[in-house]
Amino acid sequence: MSGSDERHDKPDSAGVSRRNFLKGTSLALTIPLVTGGETEVKAAGADVPILGPDKVNITLNINGAPKQVSVEPRVTLLDALRNDLDITGAKRVCDRATCGACTMIVDGKPVYSCTTLAIEAQGKKIRTVESLEQNGKLHPVQQAFWDNDAQQCGFCTPGFVMACTALLEKHPQPTAEQIELGTGGNLCRCGTYHGIKAAIAQASGRMRKTGPAKLTRGGKNNG
Amino acid sequence: MAEYKWPEEDKRTHIGKRISRLDGPDKVSGRAKYTYDINRPGMLFGKVVRSPYAHAKIVSIDLSVAEKMPGVKAVKIIQNPGAEIQWAGDEIAVVAAETEGQAEDAARAVKVQYEKLPHFVSGQKWDAIPEANRRKPSENVNGDPDKAFKEADVVFESAYGNEVITHCCLESHGLIAEWEGDNNLLVHQSTQAVSANGGQFAQALGIPAGNVHLKMDHVGGGFGSKFPVDRWGLEAAKLSKLAGGKPVKLMLERDAELMVAGARPSIFARVKVGAKKDGTITAWESQAWGTGGVNNFNFAGALPYVLRVENRKETFSVIGANIGPQRAWRAPNHPQACLITMSAFEDLAAELKMDPLDLFLKNLGLAGARANVYRDELMKAAEMIEWKKLWRPRGEGAPGGTKTVKRGLGLSIHTWGGSGHNSDCDLTIHPDGSVEIKMGTQDLGVGTRTVLAIVAADTLGLPIDAVKVNIGDNRYPVSSGSGGSTTVGGVSSSTRRASVDALNALLEKIAPTMNTTPDKLEAVGGKIQEIGKPTNGMTWKQACAKLGTQPMTTRGKQPGTGTLTTGGVGGAQMADVSVDVETGVVKMNNFVAVQDCGLIIDLKTCESQVFGAMIMGVTYALFEEKVMDAQTGRMLNPNMEFYRLAGLADIGNFKVHMMTGKGYDERGVIGVGEPPTVSPGAAISNAVANAIGVRVPSIPLTPDRVLAALEKKGGANAKV
Repeated sequence: MSGSDERHDKPDSAGVSRRNFLKGTSLALTIPLVTGGETEVKAAGADVPILGPDKVNITLNINGAPKQVSVEPRVTLLDALRNDLDITGAKRVCDRATCGACTMIVDGKPVYSCTTLAIEAQGKKIRTVESLEQNGKLHPVQQAFWDNDAQQCGFCTPGFVMACTALLEKHPQPTAEQIELGTGGNLCRCGTYHGIKAAIAQASGRMRKTGPAKLTRGGKNNG
Repeated sequence: MAEYKWPEEDKRTHIGKRISRLDGPDKVSGRAKYTYDINRPGMLFGKVVRSPYAHAKIVSIDLSVAEKMPGVKAVKIIQNPGAEIQWAGDEIAVVAAETEGQAEDAARAVKVQYEKLPHFVSGQKWDAIPEANRRKPSENVNGDPDKAFKEADVVFESAYGNEVITHCCLESHGLIAEWEGDNNLLVHQSTQAVSANGGQFAQALGIPAGNVHLKMDHVGGGFGSKFPVDRWGLEAAKLSKLAGGKPVKLMLERDAELMVAGARPSIFARVKVGAKKDGTITAWESQAWGTGGVNNFNFAGALPYVLRVENRKETFSVIGANIGPQRAWRAPNHPQACLITMSAFEDLAAELKMDPLDLFLKNLGLAGARANVYRDELMKAAEMIEWKKLWRPRGEGAPGGTKTVKRGLGLSIHTWGGSGHNSDCDLTIHPDGSVEIKMGTQDLGVGTRTVLAIVAADTLGLPIDAVKVNIGDNRYPVSSGSGGSTTVGGVSSSTRRASVDALNALLEKIAPTMNTTPDKLEAVGGKIQEIGKPTNGMTWKQACAKLGTQPMTTRGKQPGTGTLTTGGVGGAQMADVSVDVETGVVKMNNFVAVQDCGLIIDLKTCESQVFGAMIMGVTYALFEEKVMDAQTGRMLNPNMEFYRLAGLADIGNFKVHMMTGKGYDERGVIGVGEPPTVSPGAAISNAVANAIGVRVPSIPLTPDRVLAALEKKGGANAKV
């Protein structure tokens, strides 16, 4: 936990920033909220629909396919996928943006899906670990994790695989510092870091050979 | 009767090689299903109401509001009014609802009144522990310590300690329980004991043991904490029944996982060591105490560790405290005993102005039968870390340090048993040539599946992927729980016996068709052939076709005839650290481990175990502590921001060397999960003392502890 990465960055304009959220709530004090209705408030100049507390129907773009799901607005992206869509590669561990086991790539950036609301992720390209394997062939990062035994119990592994994929898509030849930063938001209990370091080295080499174009499947090239 | 032994080195096709784990692709792709990942039709979510107080009596519980809330299907009291709660986080009531959010809402709506009682949650300082919390000490005396101390040239006294740490499994404890009719229970549980736990559910729920079907494909960490069915496990089963048998998923929240689902006891000790001027250790005395919550545990006889000084006296007192109960944590007692012993001996070496490596080598006779193994391991580790080139007397600082960043080296040795546990293995050869294994064992991420396939494939002359491994189901042949590094010895032995018997039975069938006798045949490279005359042979598939229409199953057992597993290993570790004496931050430079564990089945996953143990060791040496608040009695850091685990950037450069070949392989297969976890605390603490010139008495070696030790010595600018 000695580093931090872009998962700790402020959300971009499409996300709900803390500032926007505060504006929204202060406005909410003066505008009656109609549960599940059409009432909208303005926050930071944009229309903000009021949702919940009952379930709302949303569409999430997951691994290139639209998925309908009905969730309470308080449900996280992670739980919507795990509990409602049975997409369980991303894991729930710390549940508060520390360990990275829930890492997904959203619009090209790694995010902690345990602290991203499902409703916030509408209209974004969500990539999970399930997207990496293509036609039964492991992605170079996955293959490198297997070859270098960069997993034991494996519960942190999907999160690490996603964090390393995002890292290598952004920095195909990462420096030691970039590796520490790119994996700084992920934790392992069994102690697989030695293997993960070797896996990053191997995957970096292979991904360079295959070229970056093939590596961004469905995601925005963020390089 | 067949003779069961491991193949000679030149006959091993897979055993001892570096083989990638069989379930690797499932784990890296997210396909591997853990208990936490399982969604069952109509599944409800269970949430537990927990005590906010460390010590209290329940006065009343009101479920009425919770019962009427949306989505709620069952609400149940776990501990009735009048019950005395002994730790914060203990279970009071439990609810099941259609969504997780609804269950959380309902749990929050359960009203519990408590009568608060006085609590005690610390235990570091002996003199500050109330008399009532000290349980009767045990005392062990060997030889004549009083006389030995009188005759010693040097007597060195100090105190050392290990704080309480938790298991912090990434997959929290939990299960999904569901009833099929009134009498049959299906459980998916995150556990270290697949074969054992069905019976425990059955007994508590009053149904026949055979009516509980327990399954688990993968488990996200256990480390000793996932043996029991747990009260919350039984409550989930009862909730499911209340809800008409619907599946109830109850996985602990992260805070509960850290508060109640396992802890390694603290151990503190006052130590006195007597020695001759030349470094020969002659006397030991220690007064140790520690807490594992309200329950008892035994640390008596654990000191001194490995180097069993003949003239010794040691006492140990259990301290009762209002914290979540202790559970076995990788190598129970050993890391704590190791830290105390190896720190005392390193301090003694510093007192005598000796190189601790020389002091340890001089006293290896105290290690008993394995003295020579330790000698070899220490010399190998010293070579790997360049001890003789880099080590400097305490406080001088190893080369490469600066005025404010001091570098130091430290060492430690350890031991563990690890004999194979009881295990039954069913190996089936099908007429189409396919081979499958069934065993009620579990793979904690150590590579158990892979080991089974390697052993069977090696014995049958097949590629590893020709063997299908089925584990993680209590309907398979019984295999013991995975604890104490006993799994690999047990499961590899039963699999070897099953495979040898299966091959012999197959050879009996086909020998007549090859105009020879079974003893003249061998299984090699996917073929059955005459030894020395490979032209008289057939493919594995052709051979199996001669079984007719029926598959053939053989059962292998452990224990059984022939010695395929034994116990008793050694290991040496050396750490090279840098300490910033202005900030107190300790950084790992290099860390080496030399380890023996008999005959290694899969070198790759075996080495991973050692690397993992070292990394877990860095974590408990530098960061981990269950911080209890004396005022409120609660854990202050039940989360992963403040209950720190090492990250990739914290570990430095690691090297592992496994002792193999003659002198090691003939000992049979011995587990390796525990032993390499033992030494890191001691090796790193010794390296820090060597770097900064003063002992930081207890681990974790957090900046505040390092700075406090430096201040006691005279501050960062003191002459060292």
